[in-house]
Amino acid sequence: MSEHADVLIIGAGPAGLSAALAAANDGAQVVLLDDNPLPGGQIWRDGAQANIPSQARHLRDSVEAHTHIQRHAATRVVAKAGSQALLVENPERGWVITYRSLILCTGARELLLPFPGWTLPGVTGAGGLQALIKGGMPVVDERIVIAGSGPLLLASADTAKHHGAQVVRIAEQAPLGAVATFAMQLPRWPHKLLQSFSLFDAGYRTGTRIVAALGQDHLEGVRLQRGNKVEELACERLACGFGLIPNVQLGQALGCALGNNAIQVDAWQATDVAGVYAAGECTGFGGSELALVEGRIAGHVAAGNREAAQRLWGERQRWQRFAGSLNQHFALDPTLKHLAAPDTLLCRCEDVPYAAVAAHANWREAKLSTRCGMGACQGKVCGAAAHYLFDWPPVAPRPPFTPTRIETLIQLESAAQSEH
Amino acid sequence: MKPTRVADVIVIGAGIIGAACARELARCGQQVLVIDAGLHSATAAGMGHLLVLDDNQAELDISRYSLRRWRELGPQLPDDCAYRSNGTLWLAANEQELAAAEAKSINLRGEGIRCEMIPGHSLQEMEPILRDGLHGALRLPDDGILYAPNTARWMLDNPRIRQRRARVTELDGNRVRLDSGEWLSSEAVVLANGIQAVDLCPELPIAPKKGHLLITDRYPHPVTHTITELSYLTSVHNSSGASVACNIQPRPTGQLFIGTSRQFDTLDPEVEGWLLARMLKHAASYAPGLAKLNGIRAWAGFRAATPDGMPLIGEHPAQPGLWLAVGHEGLGVTTAPATADLLAALLFNEAEPIPAAAYAPGRYLGEPTHA
Ligand SMILES: Cc1cc2nc3c(=O)[nH]c(=O)nc-3n(C[C@H](O)[C@H](O)[C@H](O)COP(=O)(O)OP(=O)(O)OC[C@H]3O[C@@H](n4cnc5c(N)ncnc54)[C@H](O)[C@@H]3O)c2cc1C
Ligand SMILES: Cc1cc2nc3c(=O)[nH]c(=O)nc-3n(C[C@H](O)[C@H](O)[C@H](O)COP(=O)(O)OP(=O)(O)OC[C@H]3O[C@@H](n4cnc5c(N)ncnc54)[C@H](O)[C@@H]3O)c2cc1C
Repeated sequence: MSEHADVLIIGAGPAGLSAALAAANDGAQVVLLDDNPLPGGQIWRDGAQANIPSQARHLRDSVEAHTHIQRHAATRVVAKAGSQALLVENPERGWVITYRSLILCTGARELLLPFPGWTLPGVTGAGGLQALIKGGMPVVDERIVIAGSGPLLLASADTAKHHGAQVVRIAEQAPLGAVATFAMQLPRWPHKLLQSFSLFDAGYRTGTRIVAALGQDHLEGVRLQRGNKVEELACERLACGFGLIPNVQLGQALGCALGNNAIQVDAWQATDVAGVYAAGECTGFGGSELALVEGRIAGHVAAGNREAAQRLWGERQRWQRFAGSLNQHFALDPTLKHLAAPDTLLCRCEDVPYAAVAAHANWREAKLSTRCGMGACQGKVCGAAAHYLFDWPPVAPRPPFTPTRIETLIQLESAAQSEH
Repeated sequence: MKPTRVADVIVIGAGIIGAACARELARCGQQVLVIDAGLHSATAAGMGHLLVLDDNQAELDISRYSLRRWRELGPQLPDDCAYRSNGTLWLAANEQELAAAEAKSINLRGEGIRCEMIPGHSLQEMEPILRDGLHGALRLPDDGILYAPNTARWMLDNPRIRQRRARVTELDGNRVRLDSGEWLSSEAVVLANGIQAVDLCPELPIAPKKGHLLITDRYPHPVTHTITELSYLTSVHNSSGASVACNIQPRPTGQLFIGTSRQFDTLDPEVEGWLLARMLKHAASYAPGLAKLNGIRAWAGFRAATPDGMPLIGEHPAQPGLWLAVGHEGLGVTTAPATADLLAALLFNEAEPIPAAAYAPGRYLGEPTHA
């Protein structure tokens, strides 16, 4: 059984939702799919404790109500199925979707870097902590340390405080000067995330990095370093994130060129592969406002309405300046490449220490001899870390892009015949 | 060109064949330098099924000898080499195949190889993943499995073996030139670089035969034996077109390898969806239990095929000092020990562990041009 879309959109975060609505309003038949049970992407995750802004709720409701939009939840792209067709799978079945245009809105994920103790229970990513809390995990009266880099630390701290946790420290690696310059520019881009951006939080420290998570079989505290000063704090939770890295794998598998580790697009949000567009954070980190406007542009262009797309260029430019400032001021300090000790696990799925991976010349060889990246997460975490730590270029994924039932893969036989 | 003498023997290629040869030469007291370019190797792509094949005497000789050597080596191999003696089940899907299985069992027993016929009705009890209605199977309990990349690394971890990361760009008897332009020499050079052998010796009759594999997620005890089909025997020897055969191999982790395909005239390393699908469909036709399992990764590799399916082991007839250990097709992990022992015996003029003629390079390259 196969399905056809004028415009197929992968990812139902801010970029994908706004692309779907724009394309559908232009008359296109849209199919929108996402691997999560609910739409909203990284920022508008529904869950027991989620608090979704009304604009997001409105966007989501409009997408749900639109007769031209077919949305598939909990559905993943697993392989290319000939030209202009993808094989997808959900928990019940696998099928092929053919398309005229494709928009990649696959977003970004958090960069997690290994440091001693990072695999202790109680240690998560900064966005990861936020997602857990929104999903219903109680944190009342817990002492939490948040470390790493970027505004996501503040968003995460905000969520934690809001749910009764005590955020004892927010350790930002970027130096005070950079953070202050960034903060001074903020009035130019008033928006929700940044309201929580307060340098006056008593626990906020710039130029501070994580040295180790302490504890035997669960987290008991953290060691932080600021200049020559080392501080140890007791806590129940540590959330550590070093910014976001674009999810480019699907784009790579389709042959899209990358630039700056993101999918490269032109002013029409078009990649260098005919008929394939990209929008949102898979094209580079920029926040949800940029993702929204890029999604609308891509949706209009994919549906053939270039005039509508062009009218949005000005708004996009405004948020691009914000993104530029963010990326500039929160650039990672190269010393973060040396947080791990030789025996710190880099790949926690297959228990591979940092030193074993570091001994190799590239990711392929490291994988072969250490099995790093071959476990449950298929290198989502350690592949990204290795890419940052050793400057190894990301490798295009082979089908199946994610674990896939064999009965689904068997459908490639007829699906791909057109190509063969 | 002024070559630097760097070792008693230079081995080109650190795959399972180069590693086994280097280890055997080191055991004979030689100082060995192993040069490897870090290319996409068959050893990394393969399945590591250790099996006896008896299509012809040469295949039987080299696989039987090698299996014995793997069993001797087994207890020394570290855990991560994943050596197991789990046995092979050759499935018969119809009466003809059953007859073939019986004939094979008689032949194998005559050669002193343990095996038994399993009636069709007992198969599902032995391997619940199999469909019903199979006519029976031939079981070879002494066949095994191995994780070849780690085994190769382990073999190279030897005080008499040095390793160097470089690409050989030219050969001249016992001299080799590296991509740096540097020339190295030794008493003997062993060419064990798999499919890339033709880059350095275009006269070798070696063609790439592409194969796909898939590995599943971990599941509790899904399969015990390596399961393969008897019609595999016919598909192996097809010399053109794409074909698939059912090959299901348990890993000690609870994962399954599922293979395999054969394709000529391509050097494209990409996974081809249509052929991967055909291969999986075929495997699932024997083992319907596979359908609901998750495949987590697929890849393709290249076997180095000679016209008669037998490797080239011995001195290059036209290049004194250059020794060949290439062309192991789909059986090089199995046959690495015999290759190494035979090569060393020929190099040192000792008694051949198995008759060498069937593997002599002269069968394609002519008789030696030197005295
Ligand atoms: C963990 C985390 C927490 C964040 N929290 C905040 C916050 O609190 N405030 C804030 O302003 N910004 C936050 N951000 C930044 C946020 O990502 C962006 O502002 C915005 O959500 C980007 O929108 P997007 O549509 O480009 O991508 P995303 O929101 O990331 O959406 C991409 C969607 O595509 C899906 N997807 C990806 N690949 C596939 C595939 N192959 N098949 C099917 N589906 C796929 C993903 O599951 C996801 O749902 C967070 C980011 C992360 C990573
Ligand atoms: C899909 C598939 C499944 C298989 N299944 C099995 C099985 O179940 N059982 C079995 O016994 N066999 C199996 N095989 C076959 C087996 O894997 C091979 O026969 C064996 O690995 C060959 O080893 P090798 O050392 O000759 O070559 P390779 O492993 O290819 O090693 C060659 C090495 O030479 C190096 N090299 C190449 N050119 C140069 C150069 N110019 N300079 C320096 N170095 C160079 C390369 O970097 C490489 O490391 C399978 C093969 C495939 C493809």
